[in-house]
Amino acid sequence: MVLSATDIDAILLTLRLASVTTLILFISGTPIAWWLSRTRSRWKGPIGAVVALPLVLPPSVLGFYLLVAMGPNGPVGQLTQSLGLGLLPFTFWGLVVGSVFYSLPFMVQPVQNAFEAIGRRPLEVAATLRASPLDRFFTVALPLALPGFVTAGILTFAHTVGEFGVVLMIGGNIPGVTRVASVQIYDHVEALEYGDAHRLAAILLVFSFLVLLALYSWRPNAKST
Amino acid sequence: MRSIAHLALTLALGGAAVIAQADEAQVAVAANFTAPMKEIIAAFEQETGHEVKASSGSTGKLYAQIKNGAPFEALLAADQKRPELLEEEGVGVASSRFTYAIGSLVLWSADAGAVDDGPAVLEANGFNKLSIANPKLAPYGEAAMETLDALGLKEAVEPKLVMGENIAQAIQFVDTGNADLGFVALSQVMQGGQITKGSGWVVPGDMHAPIRQDAVLLKRGADNPAVNALMTYLKGDKAHAIIHSFGYETE
Repeated sequence: MVLSATDIDAILLTLRLASVTTLILFISGTPIAWWLSRTRSRWKGPIGAVVALPLVLPPSVLGFYLLVAMGPNGPVGQLTQSLGLGLLPFTFWGLVVGSVFYSLPFMVQPVQNAFEAIGRRPLEVAATLRASPLDRFFTVALPLALPGFVTAGILTFAHTVGEFGVVLMIGGNIPGVTRVASVQIYDHVEALEYGDAHRLAAILLVFSFLVLLALYSWRPNAKST
Repeated sequence: MRSIAHLALTLALGGAAVIAQADEAQVAVAANFTAPMKEIIAAFEQETGHEVKASSGSTGKLYAQIKNGAPFEALLAADQKRPELLEEEGVGVASSRFTYAIGSLVLWSADAGAVDDGPAVLEANGFNKLSIANPKLAPYGEAAMETLDALGLKEAVEPKLVMGENIAQAIQFVDTGNADLGFVALSQVMQGGQITKGSGWVVPGDMHAPIRQDAVLLKRGADNPAVNALMTYLKGDKAHAIIHSFGYETE
């Protein structure tokens, strides 16, 4: 199986995008998940619904409004310009922003479920042992929720690899910058290069299967969920 | 005897016309021809009573869909290659191909006055991005690259290129303000013979190979009077007037 240089570029870019997105979501999604799992606020419902929106909204809707919002007349675009960052569409970081929104529920929901499964007791016990709130979070909650984090990380990564619509809307198809594997396959199909499309698609298929296989084979051993 | 034959013929034709009223055609249209096609369909439907459903997209995608059983009865492509392939592969009706429009390329900005001096704005290089349709897939993208080549600006401008998967997306990048400039189809910014929004420079025809757009009747629609009538209508004066008002030429 011979891949062209542009195919390899597309695969590497896809992996980079998925890694960066997953990392950012670990950092930004965990506090959201923690808050959602602990709060009794009346905002829990609305915030939870907003987090889940990307599951329901078509990527065309998400991509279109990201394009408008990140454009020169949009709020995000004006912010990034005033910070001297330029405009985000057609850049790698623009794709990262889009992917973070797009994959948000895949990070938050498994982690939230894991936090909820811990219950109040272990944390209360830790509190009676005079563990500070921060201590309780890092030494009790995080280790107990680890399986949830693994699930969330794998799902987020895999979901970002499979992203297409949003990237198509805000990417501009620039080789090495925004032309990810899914877009490259689309290009091959449109150019009638079906052989190339099959090859790249096969790689994605095998990759996705292995990721999900790892996820579902690993899960039964995780007793704490 | 002759008058009876005449009468029979009239009745038969009249009957056919009545049946034709109920016919429906489903056609695939290249993205750049979406706007003129809407007007043509409106005029055609009013005149004939047929109904036409049009789906638009990039020619490459429409071709792939047709080859895999999409229910289209005709393809109005953005190029000549795909209709020719369909004919060769036996999906298109032999020798039904014809050039329904010859496209013009325009360098366009959403800002009024930005492109008034023509290609000078490209040479000045003060823009953020130049949006084009993917040259590998879209004839208008190919023409854009040829034009840059003819202007001697290909290397200078290349780092600023962004590509839409078709010409509709290429203009969308400019229209939303994310790219300052774009090479788009004149038909997308022209209505009634005038550029209606922003500013544009119509690229002289000698800077790129002519963008000849062919239509082909597909086997699926060979016996459908509605789509046959539509193909004939496309060659007529009324359709030509609409096609010209969007900045296309015809043969």
